[in-house]
Amino acid sequence: MTELWTILDHEGGELRKVSLQMLTAARGLAPALGMEPAAVFAGAGFDRAKDALAEYGAGKVYVAESEDLDRYLLQPTIELLAGLIQERQPGVVLFASVPAGKDLASGVAARLGAGVMADVVELAADGDRVTCSMSVFGGATQTTCQVAGSPQLICLKPNAVVAEPSSGELTEERVDVTVSDGAKRAAITDRVQQEAGGRPAVEEASIIVSGGRGLAGPENFRLVEDLADVLGAGVGASRAAVDAGWYPHQHQVGQTGKTVSPQLYVAVGISGAIQHRAGMQTSKTIVVINKDAEAPLLQMADFGVVGDLFTVVPALTEELRKRKGS
Amino acid sequence: MNIVVCVKRVPDTAAEKKLDPQDFTLDRDSVEAIINPVDEYAVEEALKLREAQGGEVTVLTMGPDGAEKDAVRKALALGADRGVLVKDDRLHGSDAIATARTLAAALAKLEFDLVIMGSESTDARTSLVPQALAQLLGLPGLTNVKHLEVADGTATVQREEEGGYAVVQCALPALVSVVKGINEPRYPSLKGIMSAKSKPVDVLSADDAGVDASQVGLEGSGTRVLSATARPPKEKGVIVVDDGDAAAKLADFLQQHKFI
Repeated sequence: MTELWTILDHEGGELRKVSLQMLTAARGLAPALGMEPAAVFAGAGFDRAKDALAEYGAGKVYVAESEDLDRYLLQPTIELLAGLIQERQPGVVLFASVPAGKDLASGVAARLGAGVMADVVELAADGDRVTCSMSVFGGATQTTCQVAGSPQLICLKPNAVVAEPSSGELTEERVDVTVSDGAKRAAITDRVQQEAGGRPAVEEASIIVSGGRGLAGPENFRLVEDLADVLGAGVGASRAAVDAGWYPHQHQVGQTGKTVSPQLYVAVGISGAIQHRAGMQTSKTIVVINKDAEAPLLQMADFGVVGDLFTVVPALTEELRKRKGS
Repeated sequence: MNIVVCVKRVPDTAAEKKLDPQDFTLDRDSVEAIINPVDEYAVEEALKLREAQGGEVTVLTMGPDGAEKDAVRKALALGADRGVLVKDDRLHGSDAIATARTLAAALAKLEFDLVIMGSESTDARTSLVPQALAQLLGLPGLTNVKHLEVADGTATVQREEEGGYAVVQCALPALVSVVKGINEPRYPSLKGIMSAKSKPVDVLSADDAGVDASQVGLEGSGTRVLSATARPPKEKGVIVVDDGDAAAKLADFLQQHKFI
């Protein structure tokens, strides 16, 4: 039977949440397409991934384990996946719509002459085609698209699907990894971890607390971070805050930053210029805390507080801490 | 060292964007256009390298008429030496991979040691073009770079990755996509704006560029847009004015929705 593949996103075998979400989506979609789900693990550390793969019903997993895949930048994995796809002819291949997943998908697409969709938030079967839904222009417009031809390469955004466990036997099929000399030209000489406190990255976080100009200075991002930590959230920042040098630009949400659609987005001291709304308006639930009752972002709030963030935010953090403790 | 910077003309980030109701492509005439903001960092990085090491900076784009004025001449005003615009009605509606095919064909006719581009455009935002272009050119694709050094024909970059960055070394030629914040882009000087008008810009058709026309445009793209609809307006939420109890009310709301 034709297969529907999930290319697992992981860090040394530690599966990222989006991988479990893709497995869940694949399981739901495959029967309607007349396909069978399978996953591909490329890189080192498969043993660490096994339990989660079994718990989330991965079924069949192609295992391409090699240190070389992590030693050189992307190219060995792109060549491996392109070769494997040519050999096994899956009908659909899901990638994580995060920078690494998009690089793999676009590299494979270019090598195979295949079509690829990015930033997909919903998948539906239409015959043997997958109809992909996505938001464009910062959520102002919703589009549906299909990939022509085969394979259909699709990048699924984190948090588009809620991951659900499923029983089933895990079977492994080992795949040989050979890395061409040409693929070894870009060597990774060091990896540096920067994120403090184990907060999720904004692209992956299911809850985000963002701060803006209303914080009045970099030292007050502590208020945002404290609230984020009690919610288990990632920290975002508006362009004004990033341009002022208050917070690193990897945290910027907006048209010139990251586009996110978490389950909950809390905007603190952000008035909501179109540039910012374009990055977050597809968030499922939006909470806005702003002293200005005219702030445009309050228009799209599910819950808005007109008040002084310097009193409301610490009080909220304290209140949530208490309730979590009880 | 010769560098080609790939740029894109995009709608102004502050503008509301619309799709053409017929073919669902972006209605590029209805809004003010600018050079993709992330590409300004790519131009700056190229100019810095040229100032330190000599060589020429060529700016390459594909797009309609306005792409010369709004993107190519802007980069020339900042200091790039010459421009190439691939312009052809048959390119209309090209998706990311078809765009990469067009740029790859044009690049094959240019001499370069390094290709630099923005990591994403502010309109489509797929970030698919850089790595696809690298593949088509047979170059290492160093994407999402936040720091770039070139010495003795080798690029050493810091590349953003989840939770940190990787240090990558690569002999040139290579393709680098840069992220916002890698540098502080300069503003064009009056002299730069004046001299940009007389700098050479080659305008190429798809045939001139050596593009296979069956592999580009709406028909040649591997993706199809089926529908595009405006997002329905959001239902009005609850707004409370803080009288000292807003934090507790908000905590109730978050608890009801199971966020804690």
